[in-house]
Amino acid sequence: MSSLQSYLLLSSLLFSIGLAGALTRRNAILVLIGIELMLNAANLNFIAFWRYGPNPSKLTGIMFAIFSISVAAAEAAVGLGIILAAYRHSKTTDLDQMNSLKG
Amino acid sequence: MTVSFLILAVLTVAGMAAAMGLRNAVHCVLALTVGFAGVAALYLQLGAQFVGFTQIMVYVGAVAILAVFAIMMTHSPTPVQLPAYSSRWAWGIVVAAAVFSVLAWAIRSGTASSQVLPPQPDIDVQQIGEALMHRFVLPLEIMGLLLTAALIGAVVIAMDRKEEPK
Repeated sequence: MSSLQSYLLLSSLLFSIGLAGALTRRNAILVLIGIELMLNAANLNFIAFWRYGPNPSKLTGIMFAIFSISVAAAEAAVGLGIILAAYRHSKTTDLDQMNSLKG
Repeated sequence: MTVSFLILAVLTVAGMAAAMGLRNAVHCVLALTVGFAGVAALYLQLGAQFVGFTQIMVYVGAVAILAVFAIMMTHSPTPVQLPAYSSRWAWGIVVAAAVFSVLAWAIRSGTASSQVLPPQPDIDVQQIGEALMHRFVLPLEIMGLLLTAALIGAVVIAMDRKEEPK
């Protein structure tokens, strides 16, 4: 088994862990953290493909990873802001109780 | 596959599985920092030092702290012990396992095994900065705009508007 293959398998395992968490947890913050884990797995793929690709000196994979990390940071900030606003409205972060979009 | 990769992979997977499996949300975030640090170490092993340290600064430093703050601010004062998992959690596990098996099948049957490791590229921060200022300057500006908009948007969304009539 080559090393690129093992990195890809590891990142797909991390993606599945994040997906399982995002689908099964009831706390909205932990669902957001599961989405962050999925983004992290994609970043690991970017870096692995950059390292094993034909032109590592062109820095494309590194740039992709840096921009992806920035988007993930913005997404975390906005997502946690939305969770705080929803908590102030419905006094819970339990997703099974947050079943209404009406204000 | 080297011993260091195995150690880091086990550490990362254990940290992230604990982050998604533990019942206490604060413990989850603590395990999450271990997983993020493991991913950063994998970046360092792949020769992407700048991305590794960015990962530590952004994820371990900012995102985990933000999640801890959010958990503390939404902590309910009544000690009601809610179940940690959704009522249909088994379906979530099934979907995640199906996704993993499809991805693993695609990786095993793809051409990734024929890739040989090229020599270690000599990347320093100066090259990354020059690339960001020349070839990737438009994405950099768009990213700055996005981060500004996200910062203002997060503050506006999370702001407490008590004085406004409902």
